[in-house]
Amino acid sequence: MAEPPVIRVQGLSTKFGSQVIHHGLDLEVRRGEIFCVVGGAGSGKSVLMRTIIGLIRPAAGKVEIFGEDRAGNDDSGRQRLEMRWGVLFQDGALFSSLTVAENVQVPLKEHTDLAPELIQEIVSLKIAMVGLPPDACTKYPSELSGGMRKRAGLARALALDPEILFLDEPTAGLDPIGAAGFDSLIMSLRQTLGLTVFMVTHDLDSLHAISDRIAVLVDKAVVIGTIDTLSRESHAWIHDYFHGPRARAAAPR
Amino acid sequence: MRTASGWFKTEREGERLRVIAGGSWETGALAELDGGLRRLAGEPVRIAAIDLSAVDSMDTAGAWVLYRTRRDLRARGVAAEFEGVDRSFADLLARVEEGDVEQTLVRDRLHPVIALIAHIGEVSLAAFHECASLLSFLGVTVITLGRSIVRPRRIRFTSLVSHIEQVGLTAIPIVGLLSFLIGVVIAYQGAEQLRQFGAQVFTVNLLGNSMLREMAILMTAIVVAGRSGSAFTAQIGTMQVNEEVDAMRTMGLDPIEVLVLPRVLALVIALPLLTVLADLTGLAGGALATVLVVDISLAQFMERLNNAVPLAAFWVGIVKAPVFGFLIAMVGCREGLMVVGSAESVGRHTTKSVVLSIFLVIVADALFSIFFLYIGV
Ligand SMILES: Nc1ncnc2c1ncn2[C@@H]1O[C@H](COP(=O)(O)OP(=O)(O)OP(=O)(O)O)[C@@H](O)[C@H]1O
Ligand SMILES: [Mg+2]
Repeated sequence: MAEPPVIRVQGLSTKFGSQVIHHGLDLEVRRGEIFCVVGGAGSGKSVLMRTIIGLIRPAAGKVEIFGEDRAGNDDSGRQRLEMRWGVLFQDGALFSSLTVAENVQVPLKEHTDLAPELIQEIVSLKIAMVGLPPDACTKYPSELSGGMRKRAGLARALALDPEILFLDEPTAGLDPIGAAGFDSLIMSLRQTLGLTVFMVTHDLDSLHAISDRIAVLVDKAVVIGTIDTLSRESHAWIHDYFHGPRARAAAPR
Repeated sequence: MRTASGWFKTEREGERLRVIAGGSWETGALAELDGGLRRLAGEPVRIAAIDLSAVDSMDTAGAWVLYRTRRDLRARGVAAEFEGVDRSFADLLARVEEGDVEQTLVRDRLHPVIALIAHIGEVSLAAFHECASLLSFLGVTVITLGRSIVRPRRIRFTSLVSHIEQVGLTAIPIVGLLSFLIGVVIAYQGAEQLRQFGAQVFTVNLLGNSMLREMAILMTAIVVAGRSGSAFTAQIGTMQVNEEVDAMRTMGLDPIEVLVLPRVLALVIALPLLTVLADLTGLAGGALATVLVVDISLAQFMERLNNAVPLAAFWVGIVKAPVFGFLIAMVGCREGLMVVGSAESVGRHTTKSVVLSIFLVIVADALFSIFFLYIGV
């Protein structure tokens, strides 16, 4: 029997007032894959991610993570789940009153009983791994550049070595070298930790480099496929997305 | 983070140390392993081998403690090596090694005494700059106000009206109720004291003069400072955090004109109106208490009020209102514009805005008292 999917979304509908964002959306993310979500600005990518992690209640449909229904979870179930994933929000969402190092410490202090010394070491390791310069540790989020905030948010998301990583546009605002470094970091974490990645991205290079499958959000639902199958898709928006001038520039020759 | 436990055991033969690690080396299981490994790094040996062939799983934190053990052993001149490393673990260990750079996680701390002296100096300088910047902001506001009065088309009327509604209209219930209660309290307490001299009828003098000259306007100003001054700071401060104010500047919009002026004008207009309301409800509350406690009728109360309280008392109160309104709005807006960076800063400046504006209102009230005494009103 095939392994059950890590994330399963069935018949999902979300609404804000009368505005329907998703309607009858289905998707499954398998263990260990890098699953990318693309779509036009405002098509509901961030909302989809927030619904899956339970920040927004769906109007209809079901979200299961590790085979557990989100809605049926009590508080301790929720917390158990929250320790198994890491989330990077679109704009970092760092705690503004804490330094970068303190931000990364938060989940470690909250969810483990490690010695303070070891926590410090892990924090400094994670910060180095995401490619932040050493002097960034003591800075407050308001003293960082946009790209640095993103990396600090990633370091916080990785603090507990989660099984699933939710990333909302992780490479937006990074320089190309940093973005490529980010891709290789995700790849190697996936390889060594068996990480499952759910990633919203517009970065065509990232799509080519690391995505296993891609979900395109169009018309309130998703079309899922690999780069190859999606390039042959006839839907106008999807066609433009994968055949525009930028897509051609990013495609490996 | 999966919770299954990792383990390690050691075998020593003379100067050779063999560490055999196994199980799952993940964040949740490290609390017990870490201490043992640290002690291990101090063993007096020359050669060490760390055998990882029994390790089932490993995450970055697990890789870190293993790598750190080897590093610390090597730092003491021990020839330490990993053995039986799975390919995927080797990759992780290499990553961890790359990530091992010197980081400073806490800011440098000064010696406490020096820090105290430095703090006193900083606070004094800050207070000085505060006064200077308050004055300069006052100047900028007045100049912008003057420019707008010369060319009234520059005043943003929609914004002005909406602010008047927010600071004036919606404040009516709370201001009315509070000053009604203050009126009751003053009349009741006054009557109690004056009874001892058999001068209970003078309650009306006491009530009328204190209410109109001081209590109504001060109450109103303090309520408005708490309600609207803080709101101004939070609104503008949040815009500052979102870089909206900067965006405004780059588009050639003057934040003073767009954000500050409508709020200042709104309070300058609304505060006198609220004060009139507070005068009326305060007197009404006082009348109620007087009629109930002192043995006089409402008609007698009105007549007494008419004789005992000069019209000037009313004007003394009202004249102060626009000035207080100006101070409150100016402080509120300025604190908002001083916000930098974070949500915490918004909170700090909001608190400061309320404290500073109430302080300035009371100082100004004292100056007004001296002035009125001097000109004999
Ligand atoms: N809290 C909210 N209240 C009302 N509408 C919302 C809310 N959050 C999002 N929306 C609406 O939902 C739609 C989808 O928003 P979403 O943030 O998911 O877009 P997105 O696909 O992530 O776009 P982008 O690529 O710009 O990040 C938008 O039309 C937005 O206006
Ligand atoms: Mg988004």
